Amino acid sequence: METAKMMQTVKYESIGYTLKANIRQYAMLIALVVIMIFFQITTGILLVPMNVTNLILQNSYVLILAIGMTLCILTGGNIDLSVGSVAAFIAAIVGTLIIEQKMDVTTAIIIGLLMGGVIGVWQGFWIAYVRIPAFIVTLAGMLMFRGLTNTILKGLTLSPFPRSFQSISSGYLPDLFPFIKGFNLTPIVFSAIFSIFLILTQLKKRRAKIKNNTGVIPPVLFLSQLLLIIVAVNLFAYALAAYRGIPIVLVILVALIAGYHFFATKTVPGRYIYAMGGNERAAQLSGVDTNRVLFFVYLNMAVLSAVAGIVFAARTDSAFPLMGSGFELDAIAACFIGGASATGGVGTVIGAIVGALVMGVLNNGMIMMGIGSDWQMTIKGFVLLMAVAFDVLSKNRAK
Amino acid sequence: MNILEMRNITKCFGAVKALDNVSLSVTAGEIHALVGENGAGKSTLMNVLSGVYPYGTYSGEIIFQGERCAFRSIRESERKGIAIIHQDLALIPYLSIAENIFLGNERVKWGVINWEKTRQDAVSLLEKVGLKENPNMLIKDLGVGKQQLVEIAKALAKEVKLLILDEPTAALNEEDSDNLLRLLLELKKSGITAILISHKLNEVIKVADAITILRDGTTIETIDVRNGEINEDRIIKGMVGRELTDRFPKRRPKIGEVYLEINNWTVYDPKIEGRKVIKDVSIRVHRGEIVGISGLMGSGRTEFAMSIFGKAYGRQISGEIIKAGKKLMINSIQNAIKNGLAYATEDRKNAGLILINDLRQNISLASLDKISKRWIIRDHEETRVATEYRSKLNIRSSSIYQKIQNLSGGNQQKVMLAKWIFAAPDILILDEPTRGIDVGAKYEIYTIINQLAEEGKAIIFISSELPEVLGLCDRIYVMNEGRIVGELTKGDASQEKIMRCIMQSMQSTQNNRGVYNGDGKNDANREI
Repeated sequence: METAKMMQTVKYESIGYTLKANIRQYAMLIALVVIMIFFQITTGILLVPMNVTNLILQNSYVLILAIGMTLCILTGGNIDLSVGSVAAFIAAIVGTLIIEQKMDVTTAIIIGLLMGGVIGVWQGFWIAYVRIPAFIVTLAGMLMFRGLTNTILKGLTLSPFPRSFQSISSGYLPDLFPFIKGFNLTPIVFSAIFSIFLILTQLKKRRAKIKNNTGVIPPVLFLSQLLLIIVAVNLFAYALAAYRGIPIVLVILVALIAGYHFFATKTVPGRYIYAMGGNERAAQLSGVDTNRVLFFVYLNMAVLSAVAGIVFAARTDSAFPLMGSGFELDAIAACFIGGASATGGVGTVIGAIVGALVMGVLNNGMIMMGIGSDWQMTIKGFVLLMAVAFDVLSKNRAK
Repeated sequence: MNILEMRNITKCFGAVKALDNVSLSVTAGEIHALVGENGAGKSTLMNVLSGVYPYGTYSGEIIFQGERCAFRSIRESERKGIAIIHQDLALIPYLSIAENIFLGNERVKWGVINWEKTRQDAVSLLEKVGLKENPNMLIKDLGVGKQQLVEIAKALAKEVKLLILDEPTAALNEEDSDNLLRLLLELKKSGITAILISHKLNEVIKVADAITILRDGTTIETIDVRNGEINEDRIIKGMVGRELTDRFPKRRPKIGEVYLEINNWTVYDPKIEGRKVIKDVSIRVHRGEIVGISGLMGSGRTEFAMSIFGKAYGRQISGEIIKAGKKLMINSIQNAIKNGLAYATEDRKNAGLILINDLRQNISLASLDKISKRWIIRDHEETRVATEYRSKLNIRSSSIYQKIQNLSGGNQQKVMLAKWIFAAPDILILDEPTRGIDVGAKYEIYTIINQLAEEGKAIIFISSELPEVLGLCDRIYVMNEGRIVGELTKGDASQEKIMRCIMQSMQSTQNNRGVYNGDGKNDANREI
């Protein structure tokens, strides 16, 4: 009887409705694919294995920052302008500890992350409990921590780091199958496991939705969606395999993205962040301690800035006074390109990642096409404007 | 001669008729009062007149100074000499008095502001309204009473012929109110016609030449005060005189022991230093009882409720909350919820719901701990709860994934109720739960409230609509100016009695000032 009832009531949403409801998500993914194809055709090397790995390494710090920035923006359109300076400040501290004080790498990194936490407590206090606008507190932080970076470095560049520190950004996971020469099978194994996992969880979710009669997308769309993701992931894994395997940074990234995606969508504090951005007063009257939410979000942002600073220092194998300037703008742009709302309450971690990748691919592709940095900036600015304009216009039409 | 003639005005909001064939004629040079309960259509009628609702969105005709008018905006009506002063003042706090008076109407020469003339004109206007302040003073440094005078000066600067005042004395103390009324009488002498919207009937009787009573969006009558005696009872009867039909579901109350006691509750205004908003209020609520708090807008009902709910309003709060014989110390909203309190706000759009989120997320927001384990939300639990409450409260939506902003007012209200019912409170405070929703949805909400009382919850029901309070509540506290001014049981209560409690309390505060004149009868009044 149960099944008979199920078969009667399966409710499909039309393809048109599905597309319309998710137009923003799809649009940015499609844009990313189009941009990639465009550069692949014009440069011919965007998607070669080495460059795919490079894309990840080059953009790792922006991706990390974009995750934290998403949470900031979600609370109500607040941004954090200090992330670049904080990243540089932490890199300078870690650099000094390792290179000048000869401290153990692990201990130095832990101290660096803790310092990030201290900065987060400092900024979070002013923003959440004194309620000074985040824009102002973090603008002050941007200046202060840039200044402190200079003080610590005495205006000089610190270099080189020991091998073990550099490997954060330039190392690879050991090959699990070293007997296969010229091809690193490990990524393929991981992507295969991921594919199976994805299929199983998606099917389970779909079944639950059908059972609850809440409306699912038609099977054709569901399957093609699933297939597309799996193909993309496996192609990506193939590219990694054909080069040098899985970069350590990628492991950090995947863990952060998965962790924060889960946090934002499945946990109580994550829900509080969305609720606060959606309507702060209503959230308060429902028992959400919005001060604490805000405090945590900025604490978190500072810690992630520290992570980004360490990753970036490892990649450039140095700590220098001007490092990380402009990171904040890249991260903010990534969030808005990825569909976050400037008034808060709307946006996803995955969206910000897609947004950051759009920016990253644009950067990378334009460099390979030999476009000057003047034009690169102009084009990136234009893309940001168009992405948000698309957002606003599609919303207006929906009304 | 009539300066204004409004004929057969009908204005609908969706399916709701806010004004139904309303007519109003105002004689030149008189003060015409417009009275009626909240929601009777007074403000809507004035908004039609002043062009807030542009020509074409209503039917009927407006004739002003013998000329048929079709205002498409406030600017157009202002140009004809109609100025409206709203309840919440429209002054800019960080601009000076003079700048505010001439805002949008600047004294200019060659397109540049002529400050000399601005100052001169401001001084003479301030003299006219009897405000002795430097025109360079910032608005934020003035009290509400003086701000009201600046508003009037602003209207005079536009050479106003018809001045509309919407509850001008609601936020004023007695002295400022008297000042304002005196000014109105003076302006009348200089030939300005005024329409005065007010709940304070004693004031109306004091200054009005004619009174028009609105009820449920229709004109009941216009009384010419110049021709004879008028008393408050006569007006109140016109305001509330309607048959109570079967608009409320039946319920046999099962009232248990005293469950909630609030003693000597006093709250200060969070913004204005030293201003008491709630003054020594004590109430008690039994299990299974629906207790109404009635009173006019601004009487302090909402402030009282919110201050109980984890000090969500006010500061320097004193008094005690006793629940089931145990004294509670509640300092945060989280704490209030944990102690079994719930407060469903009157302002569901701005403070009650997250409009961009869906049903599911809104229903679970106040009780996420119930559907989560170690901070991880269990999806299927959340879905189950939302589905259950959607059908239980008969919320009409496409699914539990529909966004709140796309629901009707009644269904939004039900979502808010669902949120608080799911939180399983022992004491539920409902603030205007039926505001702005249609009759059918109201009935459904009454039914839900009855069920909650049946389950033994203590319910505090706040409403401006007297019939609703009378139809639903077992006991009614009447509140005015931050005080409880009456307590009536169901059998005992009537609309007239509630209104009389309010009016008498106002008189008593007024007469109390008159104590200096040797009037000794006031102590009795004050005890009510």
